[in-house]
Amino acid sequence: MKYKSQKVAYWFFALSMLLFGLQIIYGFIMGFAHAGFDGLHSVIPFNTARAVHTNLLVVWLLSGFMGAAYYIIPEEAQRELVSVKLAYVQLISLAVVGVVAIVGYHFNYWEGRKFLEIPRPLDYLVVVNVLLFLGIILTTLFKGKRRTTTALVLSMGLLFAALLYLPGMLPFDSQVKDSFFRWWVVHLWVEGVWELIMGGILSFLLIKLTGVDREVIEKWLYVIVGLTFLSGVLGTGHHYYYIGVNKIWLIVGGIFSALEPLAFLAMALFAVNMYRKGEKKHPNKLALYWTLGAAIVSFIGAGLLGFAHTLPQTNLYTHGTLVTAMHGHLAFWGAYAMIVLAIISYSLPNMTGRKLYESTRGRMAFWMSNIGMIGMTVAFGVAGVVQVYLERKMKMEFMEVQKEVEIHFIVLIICATLFMTGIILYFIDFYKHGRPNDEALEPDSNL
Amino acid sequence: MLSKKQARAFFLGGTVVTFLIFIGLTIFSFTKAQDQSNDGNITEAVVRGKVLWEENNCMGCHTIMGEGAYYAPELTKVIDRRGEGYIRAVLTSPVDWAPNGRKMVAYGFTQEEADDLIAFFDWIDDIDLNGFDTVVSPLSKDDN
Ligand code: HEM
Ligand code: HEM
Ligand SMILES: [Fe+2]
Repeated sequence: MKYKSQKVAYWFFALSMLLFGLQIIYGFIMGFAHAGFDGLHSVIPFNTARAVHTNLLVVWLLSGFMGAAYYIIPEEAQRELVSVKLAYVQLISLAVVGVVAIVGYHFNYWEGRKFLEIPRPLDYLVVVNVLLFLGIILTTLFKGKRRTTTALVLSMGLLFAALLYLPGMLPFDSQVKDSFFRWWVVHLWVEGVWELIMGGILSFLLIKLTGVDREVIEKWLYVIVGLTFLSGVLGTGHHYYYIGVNKIWLIVGGIFSALEPLAFLAMALFAVNMYRKGEKKHPNKLALYWTLGAAIVSFIGAGLLGFAHTLPQTNLYTHGTLVTAMHGHLAFWGAYAMIVLAIISYSLPNMTGRKLYESTRGRMAFWMSNIGMIGMTVAFGVAGVVQVYLERKMKMEFMEVQKEVEIHFIVLIICATLFMTGIILYFIDFYKHGRPNDEALEPDSNL
Repeated sequence: MLSKKQARAFFLGGTVVTFLIFIGLTIFSFTKAQDQSNDGNITEAVVRGKVLWEENNCMGCHTIMGEGAYYAPELTKVIDRRGEGYIRAVLTSPVDWAPNGRKMVAYGFTQEEADDLIAFFDWIDDIDLNGFDTVVSPLSKDDN
């Protein structure tokens, strides 16, 4: 750690881990409900569990991205954050809004719009919170000694993510328009601006971990985010096939979304090549695992599994089935969860001064969570394909089909247990690093 | 070899161009001649139905037009499939509706609220979904 104010990041990461833990618990509630054990129905019905599960996911990822920005921007801009106090205010308000929303979901206080369940009044608080965050980050960046591409891409991603939240707040009487603009948030986040955030973090990590020249890494960063927008913006059309808008989207969405995997492929090749090329090998092996892992697993989850159902001919059958859930899990895990875990693994030893770079526990956390998640993906996938076949080809009733696939949810629960064990090990590692402190300051280090 | 400057130009150029096309296509697909959203037929009852749909997060279990959760049946064309009486019984039921074991929340809606939700489903049923409705609702009257 080079600047004292970078320590703020620790608390964002801690909040992130706490919410991640809760997210998993609600995932289990849904997994059991799908398997036929819905004992909690009267207290936590499925729609509550689901809204909590997905919103906690988004909030813990955002908290992780914010922590990443608070860690990365001072180092890239070569100065302290403009205000540490405001950063803590922002942290606490983020936690408060998040908790109020999550508690509200248990009392029918929500808006049933997938992924955007936060009720409008709270949306305004989210906006204020994010403005505060952006204010701190952008002023630090512009007052800084240098403006690197890495910092610019990361900040641009965060800024656009904030702007794109707004279309989701537009009120519509039409379900079609509601859904149309909901995708401006959901799709353009995960297949657009969040990739900038991921790219920025990845580039920072590769510079630190491999020692490859910044100019080379940042050039490829532009190519990657270029590919992202080139395919991802018009690729939004893959959500417009069957929701009551023009057929033109079948062609546009089909072609451009089919190109989206290129950005993820580029990201994977980029990370692996920079690692090969790098001469200086950073001792923090765990951070390297997570960094390369994110680049590779995101290509599988988002790129390959996204491609698997993105053409209109296929999507006609898979749209809105468990096939979507299969892809959703590995894509979110590979791209965004893993990149957050990567930046935490990298920065934690630097903030706390405890250089636990290599441990069996750390490596077990990586492998168990990844193998568990891949198993979960397979379970969802098998259930999804069976569902598509029986329901949409054989024309069987929804609930009859659900009974047929119950067994795959037992498999899901087993794999999820492995996954959770890995994550608990990660949490223990996090805890063992202790608190951030000023003794960990190393102003001259290259790490 | 590609320089960093060229790489940046590719990024900025590609972004601006595709975004403009995206906005253009959005406007195009909502012009009168191209519109297939059935928005012209939205009544006050449909709007009230949509509000109920959202306030109770029905999408947290069901899908509609293929969007939502995968725990409960797709509701596009559900009126065609089940008939209005059945839907009304589900919506107004004071106990958890669970004919196949899996439970729905007992909303106990009033008759008026049920009317509004039915109006909402009816409106959905007349949207041109580019053929999705024939795949997703095997029991829809059109193809049996
Ligand atoms: C990291 C990047 C990605 C993440 C986190 C992600 C996540 C998701 C999630 C959560 C959904 C469900 C959305 C909903 O129904 O509300 C979804 C749907 C979808 N995704 Fe992705 N995705 C990513 C990248 C991609 C890519 C690159 C492609 C295509 C090549 C793709 C293709 C699709 C398609 C076609 C659907 C619609 C499925 C349906 O019709 O039900 N995704 N994605
Ligand atoms: C213990 C682990 C987990 C279990 C058992 C679990 C289970 C589930 C279940 C049953 C659903 C609902 C599917 C439906 O609507 O019927 C779901 C949705 C979802 N989960 Fe998980 N989950 C777990 C962890 C995760 C993790 C770690 C992530 C992200 C990295 C994640 C991301 C999502 C997303 C994005 C959705 C929405 C998918 C969609 O609508 O297509 N889950 N999860
Ligand atoms: Fe998408």
